[in-house]
Amino acid sequence: MQKKRKLARGVAVVGAGMSKFGMFKDKDSKDLFAEAFREMLESVDKGFDPNDIEALYLGNFTNDFFIHQGHWGPIISDLIGLAPKPATRTEGACASSALAFREGVFAIASGFYDIVLVGGVEEMSKRTTEEVAEGLALATVPYEGRVGFTFPGVFGALATAYFNKYGANREHLMNVTIKSHSNAPLNPKAQFPFSIKDMMTMKAEGAKKKGKPVPHWDDEKAFLRDPGANPVVAWPMHLYDCCPISDGGACMLLVAEEIAKNFTDNPLSIVGIGQGSGKGLHAAADLTTMEATKNAADEAYGMSGLQPEDIQFSEVHDCFSIAELIHIEDLGFFKPGQGYKAVEEGLTRRDGPMPINTSGGLKCKGHPVGATGIGQLFEVWKQLRGEAGERQIPNKDLRIGAAHNLGGTGGTCTFTIFERR
Amino acid sequence: MEQRPFSDISYEQYLSEGKLMGSRCKKCGALFVPPRSICIKCYSSEMEWVEVKGEGRLHAFTCITVAPPFMMEQGFDRKHPYCSGVVELEEGAKVDARIDGVDASKPEEISIGMPLRVKFLHWGEGEKQQTYLAFQPV
Repeated sequence: MQKKRKLARGVAVVGAGMSKFGMFKDKDSKDLFAEAFREMLESVDKGFDPNDIEALYLGNFTNDFFIHQGHWGPIISDLIGLAPKPATRTEGACASSALAFREGVFAIASGFYDIVLVGGVEEMSKRTTEEVAEGLALATVPYEGRVGFTFPGVFGALATAYFNKYGANREHLMNVTIKSHSNAPLNPKAQFPFSIKDMMTMKAEGAKKKGKPVPHWDDEKAFLRDPGANPVVAWPMHLYDCCPISDGGACMLLVAEEIAKNFTDNPLSIVGIGQGSGKGLHAAADLTTMEATKNAADEAYGMSGLQPEDIQFSEVHDCFSIAELIHIEDLGFFKPGQGYKAVEEGLTRRDGPMPINTSGGLKCKGHPVGATGIGQLFEVWKQLRGEAGERQIPNKDLRIGAAHNLGGTGGTCTFTIFERR
Repeated sequence: MEQRPFSDISYEQYLSEGKLMGSRCKKCGALFVPPRSICIKCYSSEMEWVEVKGEGRLHAFTCITVAPPFMMEQGFDRKHPYCSGVVELEEGAKVDARIDGVDASKPEEISIGMPLRVKFLHWGEGEKQQTYLAFQPV
């Protein structure tokens, strides 16, 4: 039974910005956050004075490791002219900025602040793939990293458990990848704004230019089955099951609901906000579900009074293809063991009954881990306000959208529901 | 048996001695591998050490080609993958372990449910020696 939860007063989103995600040699964390901040300023319909921001909550997982610089709260606070007002860094691995968002919401709901900036930033691409894998593995539980589990490795193990329990296979994971890549070309901020067919053409053209034999694949699945094009990373996770290494920043302006109309006529109300924590692989009763996601969903549904079928679309944390299947089941969008069939039937496409990851997901949009949580909510903001351009979900009066963010190997999960009233 | 603290440090020490040890709550009987010092079932702190038999079945696994630096030092890389997995012990608890004695380049031949027996992998020498919990097919 879900407990009825509520905020002490309502909180609304009135502005949002996100940098382009990608691998940038010539941009650092400050540049990326500044890009997001400038867009956020422009997004506030009625304008506002940035000096009115009272506090910053900033998610960052491990720039300490990636670029040997920690303590990002004051660095970003100074960047945006907020200092000496308070800046707090939150860490929840890949859910770090979803935690910043939540702390910002609670700070306003408590009555202490009226106007808060929440954001996230991460700078990962200046390390080798192996080093990034080592950095991310800081967020596995100790027993996992010790015996060689990497992030892709943990999700690979979840996939074998899912396959074994439900009879799914690699071909079903490919459906997730193909679907995400079909949305990506419509997102100008995506790191890989290409469909799988685009990737096939690019590979063939690349080979031609180099004077190498030109590869041919009959269709997208033939491409994804080809170990030359799609090598194994941590079986059964292959390259195209895994999100890329990314840099990026994102932020949102939160205000007390009672003053939201001073900023915009189209604020989004935060109607559900949930979080959960999870155990490691060895302690989980069932590897085809995540307790932390279920707890986050219970909190958010319990607060909103909404049911899974009320959610019109959602971003979910597809750090790996298998994760998307597990989450769409845990969030109640599909029954346990039915997620892979739903994707196969096209139900999660942008024009389907339950669009998932219209942004292209982490797989294509990119996954600068500390920025991802608010990056996902940025997509919900765009869709609910009808500002998603070419990737706008068609033929629906969108009022309720959600985002699910995961940190670590399921250690931290959040679920946030927005409503346009 | 001497009373070592119910900690990860003790767990690792036992592994280096070739023992897979867990803690059992004296009050409610719950078994934890790796050990816990606080029972999360009944919140008692009265624990005792238990050596598990070291037999179990493969519960989930992966074969990793993009290895972290410490595994690369042990000779694993894109051409030499290794297998890590979750093993369900005969006693019921589950542990994370390296899966040894399987061909990690042929994951299709590794099957969930296969019976496994514990093995202790030692790496390095002297004070730098590390022991990794592993299981291999029976």
